[in-house]
Amino acid sequence: MLETIIIIFLATLFYLAIANRMRNYIKILVYQGILLFLVAALHLKEFNVFNLVVILLETIVFKAIAVPYCIERIIRHNGITRETEPFLPHFVSLLITAGIVVGSILLSGSIEDIILDKFFFVGAVSAIFTGLYLIVSRRKILTHVVGYCVIENGVFILSLAVGNEMPAMVNLGVMLDIFASVFILGIFANKIGDVFHDVDIDSLSRLKD
Amino acid sequence: MITAIYLAAIVCIVIGLALSRSRALSCILSLLFLGAQVMITVHGMMNQGITELGYFTYDALGLILTLTLSIISIPMLIHSHIYLTKPLATPSKAASFNAASVMLMAAMTMGYIANHAAVTWIFTVITTLSAGVLIYHHRSKLALEATLKYVFVCAISICFVFVGILFISFALLHDGCSDLFYSDLMAHEATMNSIWVKLGFLFIFAGYTAKLGLFPMFTAGVDAKDKAPAPAGALLASALMNLGFCGIFRVYSAVSGTPTGDWARTVMLVSALLTLFIATIYMARIGNVKRMLAYSGIEHMSVVTLGLCFGKAGLMAAMLHMVMPTFVKSGLFINITQIWRLYSSKVIDDMGDYLKLNPFGALVLVFGFISITAVPPSGLFFSELLVFKAMIAQGSWVVFILTAFMLTVLLWAFARSMFRIIFLPASKPVEKIRIPAWESFTQLALFVLAAYIGFNPPAFLLDLIGQVSAMIQ
Repeated sequence: MLETIIIIFLATLFYLAIANRMRNYIKILVYQGILLFLVAALHLKEFNVFNLVVILLETIVFKAIAVPYCIERIIRHNGITRETEPFLPHFVSLLITAGIVVGSILLSGSIEDIILDKFFFVGAVSAIFTGLYLIVSRRKILTHVVGYCVIENGVFILSLAVGNEMPAMVNLGVMLDIFASVFILGIFANKIGDVFHDVDIDSLSRLKD
Repeated sequence: MITAIYLAAIVCIVIGLALSRSRALSCILSLLFLGAQVMITVHGMMNQGITELGYFTYDALGLILTLTLSIISIPMLIHSHIYLTKPLATPSKAASFNAASVMLMAAMTMGYIANHAAVTWIFTVITTLSAGVLIYHHRSKLALEATLKYVFVCAISICFVFVGILFISFALLHDGCSDLFYSDLMAHEATMNSIWVKLGFLFIFAGYTAKLGLFPMFTAGVDAKDKAPAPAGALLASALMNLGFCGIFRVYSAVSGTPTGDWARTVMLVSALLTLFIATIYMARIGNVKRMLAYSGIEHMSVVTLGLCFGKAGLMAAMLHMVMPTFVKSGLFINITQIWRLYSSKVIDDMGDYLKLNPFGALVLVFGFISITAVPPSGLFFSELLVFKAMIAQGSWVVFILTAFMLTVLLWAFARSMFRIIFLPASKPVEKIRIPAWESFTQLALFVLAAYIGFNPPAFLLDLIGQVSAMIQ
């Protein structure tokens, strides 16, 4: 079951590569939040009930509801266009994402470790590098935030891989989520749209040497 | 116990400063913070090696960095209060600036003495949030751009560090250890899975370069130091970079004696040389005085990192080279506030005649310039010489020649800009504003202190540096 969920999670990364509407990005973030909720619920069997409930609540509230809602609100509030405006064609993005996933599988194959759950490793590393790719290949600042959220989802999967042995790492992953929310809510929701009316990276190029 | 009191005091002071709209109350709370900072420093010096609250150990590295931070916090707070008397600084802006400054300094202190990889990481996250508030102080479009870039790059870097910690935790789990204390890393260094350790070190190093100011993530720090108010820039360019060094060094010290150690040294060497190269290119055509100081800062951290790659002798030189520029960079950034008041610009071509307009400030600036460029009698001359000596002792002539060449170009670029500001006529008329000489005393004291440490390093400092060098193999 866990493997199936991770494979669906990987499929969302491919969808991210070819999605051309901001709304689709938000939907994918919601799906990823729900998938991570399921992974946490199924995998963290050795957690005490209180800690598990906190983590599950955090996953569903922050990842699947609060952050996507916040991004949706920013789009509406600032009248941001629906197109994701990639620098590269979707087909190329798809190939690069496929390359990232294949590279992650090869990397996991080269590591001999009986403790490592390779599904978790592949899901996490693929998400981290796909998130980075989204950041460098998209024009809109908000798309960069989506890329950051994807990286953060990857980090959360990786923390789940050691969750039963090191529960504190999962809690730190939760802290990272909260940090991301403060970052998104604090800067983007309140300031960016009001100051930069054209919310793409071209408007952030005045600071240079 | 003292650590708990310090943390409780910081929480109260930060809340008080954030709510305070009175200058007098803010001054009192800042003084209380200084008291707390002195208290934790003295406590650490008198109880070396003790662990408090389970996660904070007053070891040699933590003490050196805490001591330097405590020293620069005094001029930083004095000049913050001078800076905040400007009419543009509304009470609410001043409140958030003061609260964020104290939070940043306290988070750095706790990050220095943390003995657990995850705890260092948590305090690094706090420094990012508080630095973001400081950079956004002016609430302008450019300030927002710098804040956005800084927080975004740091957010990614924080993710990288966390991933690195997770990889290290895989290696420790493999060895049957489920904790991430640096002492656990040291204890298992010989038996940890080398692939996990290499991946972990790579991610941790890449992540902390955002703070340390090295390639690949140095860019946001330059923008941040440019747009942050100069007293805040003094912290970002010195103590915060030291936190990045601390995060990297603690992991490096655990792997230095293993085959992974050679690989880690190669990673650091390549990153340091690339950073030095980038700093040289930008410094040669720089037009903004604050960005020039920011690039000078990353140049010095490159030299520190190079020292780290060349054994115990190199590390001892690197530690000295980290302590002295911390004082000099802080002093120079604070001096920028006076330059800004005269010219209302950071563009070097808009400046000139500084010696006539502010004679004492100009003399202090010349002293600062000599100090930062490591020209004798600067104290940094000795530490750079020791780093070079360590390189030559290990037969790394290519690295030595490349470094010496780039530092020479950097010296030329720095001198060209400084002489333009101090001696050449101003390109446009400048209204003479009287700047009290006492406002330069704190910077002068910092430069003199750096020179003194170079010529006659105190015994206790050498002892602490010796203990740090004993941490690597």
